[in-house]
Amino acid sequence: MIRLIAYKEFRSLLVAPSTWLILGALQFILAWSLLGRLDAFLQLQSQLTLIANAPGATQVVVPPLFGIAAIVMLLLAPIFTMRLLAEERRNQTLALLLAAPVSGRQIVLGKFLGLMLFLSLIVLATTAMSLVLALGTPMDFGMLLANMLGLLLLAASYVALGLYISALAAQPIVAAIGALAALFGLWLADSNSSDSNPLWHSLTPTGHFMNFNGGLLDSGDFVYFMLFCTVFLLLTIRRLHNNRIYG
Amino acid sequence: MSETPPALSAPTLSAHGLTRRYGGHSAVSGVSLQLHRGEVLALLGHNGAGKSTTLQMLTGVLLPHSGRIEICGLDLACQPDQAKACIGFLPETPPLYRDMRVDDYLIFAAKLHRVPREKISAALTEAKRRCGLQEAGKKIIGALSKGYQQRVGIAQAIIHSPQVIVLDEPTVGLDPAQSRDIRGLIRELGDAHSVILSTHLLGEVENICDRVEIMHHGLLIYGDSSARMMQYGNGKMKPEEVFMDIIEKHSAEELAP
Repeated sequence: MIRLIAYKEFRSLLVAPSTWLILGALQFILAWSLLGRLDAFLQLQSQLTLIANAPGATQVVVPPLFGIAAIVMLLLAPIFTMRLLAEERRNQTLALLLAAPVSGRQIVLGKFLGLMLFLSLIVLATTAMSLVLALGTPMDFGMLLANMLGLLLLAASYVALGLYISALAAQPIVAAIGALAALFGLWLADSNSSDSNPLWHSLTPTGHFMNFNGGLLDSGDFVYFMLFCTVFLLLTIRRLHNNRIYG
Repeated sequence: MSETPPALSAPTLSAHGLTRRYGGHSAVSGVSLQLHRGEVLALLGHNGAGKSTTLQMLTGVLLPHSGRIEICGLDLACQPDQAKACIGFLPETPPLYRDMRVDDYLIFAAKLHRVPREKISAALTEAKRRCGLQEAGKKIIGALSKGYQQRVGIAQAIIHSPQVIVLDEPTVGLDPAQSRDIRGLIRELGDAHSVILSTHLLGEVENICDRVEIMHHGLLIYGDSSARMMQYGNGKMKPEEVFMDIIEKHSAEELAP
């Protein structure tokens, strides 16, 4: 059942023309960013050779590219998560799932995995774009993989939070604005935290993404993302159940 | 065809003491009803009487605040997946994904209701045949007329051959020809399944239903065969007059000291 619902969500995203417009625009933005960073590296290359342990092409190009992809993911996640439950509620299609022999857990996990499957394509596209560097220079594949994993986990946390807000809202636009506000608030909290006050840095998804962005694989960050996703998915399941009780 | 009269066979749907409140207001209060195989039961009442809420509780979309529901002998609260596999539900607004093709949507509904993979093709063909959708398989649901969308809604409710079919105002918003077609389909469904439908159209009760239950302010105030209901008041009253008379008598009893 989870696979069925996930595939249905994934397919409905792919058949929507707006999805392809968004993907096209996203690819353009990321490609422009990649070219900009590559151009900056090429201009600095001669100076970098004079420095011991100077950063290579991967270190100069990949982390900023994935950083921009993370910001784009923050903007995209609310747009896609608002469809998952709030739009079903508005279109009155949620009754099809609630009256079927499918549990709330299966509905929530199916929708989560369906959207994650789609966002994985964006992460893969960003990774593939970075691989063009391998045509001209040895790459630090460890850093690339760390960024890819970090972006995937960040996207999962955004989807879990957005899905929960979608379960709370009666209207898709309210769900989208609520999710955007929550994610932007978390991003701001992390931006304003400092080394002397790292509390927000440790509480926000963006803070934990920064380690992956720097090429560091920390099991603590991985556990954070797992916990973050689990908490919001459980809250979503609970919310669906409460909707049956309280209407 | 079963030799056991419907009234004597085990009920396919049985509800006891269903209650549901919204804040301090009781939308449904102490509703009990039974449905047997081959029966078409009409749930009549004004808008806001509690019909949709009752049907949503019977299908598991809403949970009752008290009461018990059994579908084909399975407790809906304790064995929800098994019980829901025996139900087909058409809500007041058909739960249609407007961007999907009819075939894809019905296959999705079949899989949701656990139709075995090898039987899906045959189930799809049969559901489309019964609902007159043979030529509509490749069409986008959003491009269909309201009548055809209603047929798709009924098709998703029957594709898994459920023993109990629950229809919430299945002919609302349809023109007379479309309503006639849907009523014919419901009568045909009633021959092989148990059907409960909510309506406030008395013509449907007269033409297609075996039994009638009338709801008013969340209570079941009248229940009898549709034939005996038409004989109410020496058989000279129109269906609308029978309905209003029953409602008014109950309202008078409510107000009496």
